[in-house]
Amino acid sequence: MRVISALALPLASFLLIAAASLDAQRAQGSAPGASTPAAPNAQAAPPGNAENGKKIYSSYGCYQCHGYAAQGGAGARLAPRPIAFAAFARYVRRPTAQMPPYTAKVVSDQELADIYAFLQTIAPPPAANTIPILAR
Amino acid sequence: MANSKTNHPDRREFLKGAAAGAVALAATPEVAGAAEAQAPAPAAPAVALPSPQALAAETQPISADVQALIEDHPGSDFMVDVLKHLGFEYVAANPGSSFRSLHESIVNYGGNKAPELLTCCHEESSAFMACGYAKVEGKPMAIMAHSTVGLQHASIGIYEAFGAQVPVFIILGNTIDAVTRRPGVEWSHSAQDAAAMVRDYTKWDDLPISLPHFAESAMRAYKIAMTPPMGPVVLVADSHLQETGMAGHGGSPRMPKLTLARPPAADAGAVAELAALLVAAENPLILGNSARTPEGMRMLVELAETLQAPVSGGSFPSRHPLRQGGGGLIRNADLIVGLDVNDLWGTVNTYLDQQTRSSQLLTKQGAKLVSITSSDLYLKSNYQNFQRYTEVDMAIAADPEATLPSLIEAVKKLVTPERRRIFEERGKRLAAASAQALEQARAAATYGWDASPVSIPRLTAELWNAIKDHDWVNVGGVGGGALWNVDKHYQVIDGGGVAAEGGDLPTAVGAALAHRKHGRLAVSIQKDGDFMYAPGALWTAAHHRIPFLSVMYNNRAYHQEVMHIQRMANRHQRGITNAGIGNSLTDPNIDFATMARGMGVHGEGPITNPNDLGPAIKRAVDVVLKGEPALVDVVTQPR
Repeated sequence: MRVISALALPLASFLLIAAASLDAQRAQGSAPGASTPAAPNAQAAPPGNAENGKKIYSSYGCYQCHGYAAQGGAGARLAPRPIAFAAFARYVRRPTAQMPPYTAKVVSDQELADIYAFLQTIAPPPAANTIPILAR
Repeated sequence: MANSKTNHPDRREFLKGAAAGAVALAATPEVAGAAEAQAPAPAAPAVALPSPQALAAETQPISADVQALIEDHPGSDFMVDVLKHLGFEYVAANPGSSFRSLHESIVNYGGNKAPELLTCCHEESSAFMACGYAKVEGKPMAIMAHSTVGLQHASIGIYEAFGAQVPVFIILGNTIDAVTRRPGVEWSHSAQDAAAMVRDYTKWDDLPISLPHFAESAMRAYKIAMTPPMGPVVLVADSHLQETGMAGHGGSPRMPKLTLARPPAADAGAVAELAALLVAAENPLILGNSARTPEGMRMLVELAETLQAPVSGGSFPSRHPLRQGGGGLIRNADLIVGLDVNDLWGTVNTYLDQQTRSSQLLTKQGAKLVSITSSDLYLKSNYQNFQRYTEVDMAIAADPEATLPSLIEAVKKLVTPERRRIFEERGKRLAAASAQALEQARAAATYGWDASPVSIPRLTAELWNAIKDHDWVNVGGVGGGALWNVDKHYQVIDGGGVAAEGGDLPTAVGAALAHRKHGRLAVSIQKDGDFMYAPGALWTAAHHRIPFLSVMYNNRAYHQEVMHIQRMANRHQRGITNAGIGNSLTDPNIDFATMARGMGVHGEGPITNPNDLGPAIKRAVDVVLKGEPALVDVVTQPR
């Protein structure tokens, strides 16, 4: 009996998250808006409507990979403490790992700002040692 | 069972005996009187004794025309002898007329014990149950099916067995002699070359035309199924052969001796070369294999500890300091040894599923890649489950578990004090990384902890909390994750198949059946879409009192496909509004707990509040510990 890709399946989620995080970090370190005309040319997050962001986070299917609480799953964890907006927008527009691209035709710049505003509202989780079944 | 006459008196002898007994009872009224004294008078009149004429009719020699209507020793009795000789515990089947004689022989002649007939609601379930059983037991379960409509149903489970390299023994009912077929259905249920449909994904098949032929081919089929790479085999049981008396075949045939082939081990030269590479490597990585036996896990641990080398995947204790994960291992390794890895290419490459598909080798310059796999000894061409060709530096065509003893010995001989010191330093670094990874997994589980629908880490943590103090086993579906402490070779069954949807539930039932005699607590995290293919497997579990807990991972969608359509919609810049059409399992939501209860299984849910989950699982575990199946429906986050 053989095992399916020793790393591939058990760690599929991990690799996807790792790849996405890595790419996002790279994007964060690059010059804002250097080669992505669709991405908003700003380091700081533009004003966004968190309530609308929560709504479209769901309707646009972000939760399908990132979870309703943006906790991550098949995709990277997005909150709390989301990456800088420029990096976030850059990655959404032009992902370099497995995530499909969301162009401005599908998600407008304002909607992207709204989603980002929603992500900023997500509170940190309780510490593992305060959850009895996770505590050592 | 060699002489069925000895053990099974024929019908006329039985009737003679019964008649004699009846006469004796009638002649000894004190016996009847004693019985009456102990019990109230029966309401119904006593059964009348046969008249002399009736008794004579039953005990006189049977006329030739009546003799033609009966058969005391059908060929199917001998087929049961063969199944018993091979040690089958179970035969799974959805009943079918093409194997009616064999069915009857199993339950009457064979006493429905070893093998016991398992009632399945779909041939697909039979095949998957056999997969699950074999993954635990290490030997095949037999299944029976019609050669046409039954095999068509079973084919996906057979393909899964082929891809996962597990032995399954398939018996097909068929009627090859066209002039003896009943009109109508029997023609539809017969094929000229029945096994042809699954020949691309079975190891061997035969159509025996005599009972000795059946016996020899059964031995051969079993041996081939059990020789690594293991796999499914097919034996066609012709209905004429089943139903014709053994006298017509020259009496009860001799039972051939079965001798299994020893699993192929690597040659000494290859072992020596690999041992030298392993000892010299600064950053070796072992991609683990599944253990066929408890020794398999123990030996893999011994090899890893001797080298202080990291192991990823396979039957290796999940909390062992040398158990490692992550893509960084591949990037840093200067030697990667893959033990029976299904997709070695996909493991050492990244692949981007974007509009322009691309891949990149993960290994660093000069890294050596070695494979040990019995798959190199047997391959078929049509179905492409063998994955992309991998460029390795050394390909050892052998069974890893059979090779480990000599490899461990060779490695130990080469380890110098200096290398041992280096190994120990490496082991300390890996142990620190392992401890850190466990802490990270704990921290990661906190995100979305109180979310509704329930997060997957919350689900797995709650389930782990309920089973960790028992002799637990995961019988398939979704893995428990990093927080589960796997330290026995039987606690996890392999995937490694062909991603055949619909297989998780029946596979879990088959695996739970294999665990039942050991008294282990079997649990499964069951995907909703998969469940709906053949939910009748749950009834089979209830009917045969197969205890296991199925915790539903109910994301109300074929979620993998949701993501694919989402990918296409975004790639085509059309938005994902319609991406759920054809993929979602809502409107109405499926009530799995009610389905379970309808099949006689303890059912709870749907659970949406994560705080309700722990108590529900606890109640369900209590049911399973009493020997019954149970299901807890949990509405979950998509992934």
